[in-house]
Amino acid sequence: MPSIAAYDFSDFVETTCFLKGQPAFALADGTLRLPAGGERTLTLHEGGLLAAVYDPFGRRLLSGGEDGRVVATADGAAVSEIAAIGRKWVGAVAGGPGGAVAFASGRSAFFKPEKGAPKELRHERTVEGVAFAPKGTRLATARYDGASLYFPATDAAPVSLDWKGAHLGVGFSPDGRFLVTMMQENALHGWRVEDGRHMRMTGYPAKVKGWSWSAKGRFLATTGAPAAILWPFSGKDGPMGKAPLELGTRGDSMVTAVACHPAEEMLAIGYQDGMILAVRFADSKEALLRRGGTSPVRTMAWDADGGLIAFGAENGEAGVVDIAG
Amino acid sequence: MSETQAAPIPVTVLTGYLGSGKTTLLNRILSEDHGRRYAVIVNEFGEIGIDNDLIVESDEEIYEMNNGCVCCTVRGDLVRVVEGLTRRKGRFDAIVVETTGLADPVPVAQTFFMDEDVRAKTELDAVVALVDAKHLPQRLKDSREAEDQIAFADVVLLNKTDLVSADELAAVEATVRAINPHAVVHRTERAGVDLAKVLGQKAFDLKRVLDGDPAFLEEAAQAHDHDDHVCGPDCDHDHHHHGHGHDGHDHGHHHHGAVAPIHDVTVTSISLKGGALDPKKFFPWIQALTQEQGPNILRLKGIIAFADDPDRYVVQGVHMIIEGDHQRPWREDEPRASRLVFIGRRLDREELEAGFAACAAKAKAPA
Repeated sequence: MPSIAAYDFSDFVETTCFLKGQPAFALADGTLRLPAGGERTLTLHEGGLLAAVYDPFGRRLLSGGEDGRVVATADGAAVSEIAAIGRKWVGAVAGGPGGAVAFASGRSAFFKPEKGAPKELRHERTVEGVAFAPKGTRLATARYDGASLYFPATDAAPVSLDWKGAHLGVGFSPDGRFLVTMMQENALHGWRVEDGRHMRMTGYPAKVKGWSWSAKGRFLATTGAPAAILWPFSGKDGPMGKAPLELGTRGDSMVTAVACHPAEEMLAIGYQDGMILAVRFADSKEALLRRGGTSPVRTMAWDADGGLIAFGAENGEAGVVDIAG
Repeated sequence: MSETQAAPIPVTVLTGYLGSGKTTLLNRILSEDHGRRYAVIVNEFGEIGIDNDLIVESDEEIYEMNNGCVCCTVRGDLVRVVEGLTRRKGRFDAIVVETTGLADPVPVAQTFFMDEDVRAKTELDAVVALVDAKHLPQRLKDSREAEDQIAFADVVLLNKTDLVSADELAAVEATVRAINPHAVVHRTERAGVDLAKVLGQKAFDLKRVLDGDPAFLEEAAQAHDHDDHVCGPDCDHDHHHHGHGHDGHDHGHHHHGAVAPIHDVTVTSISLKGGALDPKKFFPWIQALTQEQGPNILRLKGIIAFADDPDRYVVQGVHMIIEGDHQRPWREDEPRASRLVFIGRRLDREELEAGFAACAAKAKAPA
């Protein structure tokens, strides 16, 4: 039976991840909490934190805040400033190969190579999301009516991938063949990068706000429904013409967070009422990891070995589940 | 499993042309000792001379929804900023959204109805329009936005009254009333109004639909010729000659029509009145109407008496978005009357009246 170490941070948990094997929780108030082995608090942003992501390339947490700063921490002890753009909100951040960082503020995306100043990429409309391709230096931005693909280290004009509507988040598949966006509508949109072929992923009852790629990139698991919706991406056409897997279906709650296991074909599903299930893809077998709470699960992350899962909720409830107990 | 749901955060939308006094009012909201903390979303930090980490700059970003509805637009920047602001509880008590002079107020309002997340955490309190008494006539000639802002407002601050003569002021106020007889109008100098008359109005609260509507109250109190401050002195009540409610409203803006000098008005207001309605007729009618004519309807509000229903039913809408709910039981002394008010462009009065009349419940056949 799994065991839970529970924490209560009394503030919105935006992102959780493991830094050097230790669970870390980035809160909307701008602090990072490291509860294991004597609680430590690190201030990432003054004012508030708006976006935080684990950068798998640099094995660090990147965040952007109301203070117009982008910062990184690899160990939860020291913070380094990546960029500061003054009194503007930084609404999205991403890490890429070779120490590169991208972030967005208003109608600009910024590309910051490991060494050198940030380069501003101006857009006509607000940049809602940024993501790096897994290899090389290729940056995607999500915006109104589509996504743009940059080679930001060069001055080449971006490739425009068009699809009507507001695109709020963006990500590449782990093999770099597909680009997927989350939309203001209850839908995802995807493109095959090599030829721009469209993939529509619709049918959600709510906006998709969280996703996670499964081991080897075979599935993209998403929130936005009373079940985790997993789109198959193993074929050359991605999910086109295929039905998604639906796992952990419940009649009385919505999925608000998903995190795929780093090695096995299974995922953790977090719900609006705080419940967390682990579900295996092959046979839909479910295991209860957390019975429930008083707030929607916002974020979950597995440790590198896949034995621990950290979670955080909108009201500050958080914890680490040890799968083996 | 009950989720502890925090009370929704009220949002006030402030519209008005450059120079109408929005910044003055915002500075008062931010600096006066009213015991409440406001987060303010502005288009530009500009002249707000107050350093406050709850002032957020945001690029106006209109997003059309891909649902085939031409007027379904939201402000994407507000979705993002409100989501960011509301994650932390207890940081502030209310939000004020300032729009640019040329902004269309409708997408701003629709954001608070159409986006699930925003709707779950906030509630639209009121749309407040600042009007420069001196320059309104010119603004109305220049642009449609100035008229839209007034037509869409719940509260109009007729500002800079010290810069115009009594006659000019009367003409401007009559124009405002012609565009929107349902807004509460306050005359101000240097945006000097009691903030309690601007904030916390609950104008979009279904439970209070038409409660604060001057034209509605006026009619309800038609026998008593008292004039509370809400209705300006120039809004003489001459359009209620007789008891047939809507008849008297026929050419609403012509009656208030001392406004002839400022005639560039394209928005009209139509007020319908009837007896008990049949829900099986009313709902299909109002749904079809808002689908077909949504783009022309800026606001609609109503209190409906359904036959055999002990409760008052209230509706409100913005363009194609319409919502309704039971409000409270009818009181013994209340006539079971249905009222529906439209503000919009190119509204066909006869068609609306006929459609509304066709929703009437048939008198019950004797059992």
